Amino acid sequence: MNWQAFWLSVELATIVSFVLFAIGIPVAYWLTYSRWRWKFLVEAAVALPIVLPPTVLGFYVLVALGSRSPLGRWWESLTGHTLAFTFEGLVIGSLLYSLPFAVQPFASAFGTVDTKLIRAAASLGDSPALAFRRVVLPLSKAGLITGFTLSFAHTLGEFGVVLMVGGNIPGVTRTLSIDIYDQVQDAQYASANTTALALLVISFVLLSIVYGLNRRSWAVRPWK
Amino acid sequence: MNSGATAPHPISSELEVRIRKRYPNSEGSFLLNVHFRALAGFTILFGASGAGKTTLLDCIAGLTDPDDGRIVIGGDEVYESDRKRNVPAWNRRVGYVLQDLALFPHLTAEKNVAYGLRGLDPSARRTRSRELLNAFRIDHLRDRRPAQISGGERQRVALARALVTEPRALLLDEPLAALDRPTKSQIIADLRKWNQHYRIPILLVTHSGEEVFALGEEVIVLDAGKIVAQGRPKDVMHAPQLETVAQLSGFENIFHASVIARNEDRGTMTCRIGAGPLHLETPLIRAEVGSQLRIGIRAGDILLATENPRGLSARNILGGEIVRIDRRDGIALAVVDCSKTSFEVQLTLAAQDSLALLPGKSVWVVIKTHSCHLMRE
Repeated sequence: MNWQAFWLSVELATIVSFVLFAIGIPVAYWLTYSRWRWKFLVEAAVALPIVLPPTVLGFYVLVALGSRSPLGRWWESLTGHTLAFTFEGLVIGSLLYSLPFAVQPFASAFGTVDTKLIRAAASLGDSPALAFRRVVLPLSKAGLITGFTLSFAHTLGEFGVVLMVGGNIPGVTRTLSIDIYDQVQDAQYASANTTALALLVISFVLLSIVYGLNRRSWAVRPWK
Repeated sequence: MNSGATAPHPISSELEVRIRKRYPNSEGSFLLNVHFRALAGFTILFGASGAGKTTLLDCIAGLTDPDDGRIVIGGDEVYESDRKRNVPAWNRRVGYVLQDLALFPHLTAEKNVAYGLRGLDPSARRTRSRELLNAFRIDHLRDRRPAQISGGERQRVALARALVTEPRALLLDEPLAALDRPTKSQIIADLRKWNQHYRIPILLVTHSGEEVFALGEEVIVLDAGKIVAQGRPKDVMHAPQLETVAQLSGFENIFHASVIARNEDRGTMTCRIGAGPLHLETPLIRAEVGSQLRIGIRAGDILLATENPRGLSARNILGGEIVRIDRRDGIALAVVDCSKTSFEVQLTLAAQDSLALLPGKSVWVVIKTHSCHLMRE
């Protein structure tokens, strides 16, 4: 197993899931409570990465990060190199790629909190922001953990966006999924199998955590 | 929200509300248009569902905005449409117990009660919330979550939570609807005791006439967004009623009557008006022979005939004499005396002229059974 690729994947997934946790909460808050008439367009845009081929998303991210785009030029003037084919570029691409996996569980958790509780909190002296922190967030715990875990797992397994945005630079952008691809290209099926199995197990464990947490009551305990 | 006082001190305040708001209900939209003043102590807001009671409370609490008007709580103007003044709910210091209580499910009873004391240090917070938990006899439940306690106990937690912040007014939306009678009266007794120390207006919403009598305080009767009666329950309520005071208040003819016979087969009852000889046939209701009722008849629902009519479907035909006729606003109002009972009858001017109805003339008063609206005494 390529441990360099493994740790790179874990580093990427960790950074992305933490950043998405921070960005996803305000976005989900807005999606839950906004009464803007065109809100559905934003919802559709947030959900796009779920259905879009990763190569399409990767292509646009690459164009947006390249030296011909304003963002790319601004980054270049700041750091001296472009974002494309760097770890930072990979983080940006992954943020977009995994955004719905954080925002959607957050928003659906916020949406199930009874608005009466927010009204009660207001009559007890809490501004909407305070009521959100003291009532909505604690009651959305399961949804927050789900969104965090899903965005971690999803980033860990991404392939197309990484290949498009990051290329395949060992130690910089070669993640586990790219490594598997490389090994298969080189006909090293045994080591490809090890890596693939590792990804499979990790993903399964993470999803089991999500579904286990979201189980309301353990009517039948699996260990009994 | 709270200034940090740990010792209880009496608060005296008064609530003044003059607002208009268009609000939706099941039958379309209504205009809530009320003006009242509530002093310290209980004021009951009584009305059918859809009368606008909850909308009114929401406006006072600041959870919804009126279209225009003015709301003053304890001398502090929290809403004034002309001056664009609108204090947000979280700065109004109004305790509000919502219809389904809205206890925070993730917090224990004690943490629920302490919720509004955010500004206090932990020990003051603890002291204040324990005080309220004791006052409402739920101290032993303080570590339980809302899902683990009974309906009456949840009610007590909700009250304690609303009162711990020393609000300047307390709004209760059908707080007792789901409780059995002993639990209800216990809670009310505890609330009254609290209210003796903290003299604030308590606005209690109910649609149960029985509850209004049980509380026995000043009552405001709300119907379709308007205040239709206000006063002591015995003056404005007659429960259990078939028609509400509100509905009967527009009736020109209201008589005290007693049931003398039930005609089950015909779906009618025979009632005697007052102590006199006059009988009226009314719709059959669940009232025993001998029970006292009020009968309301609209002046416009009564017909006059100059001869004893025959072959008429109306069941009540009473002979009498016109005592007086007034013409105004394009109609004629006749007062007819039938065996010492006066009926007010509304006629068109043309009808009066063509029948030559003048004082002293003998007439027959005709009333359909279902024009007799009944209300229990």
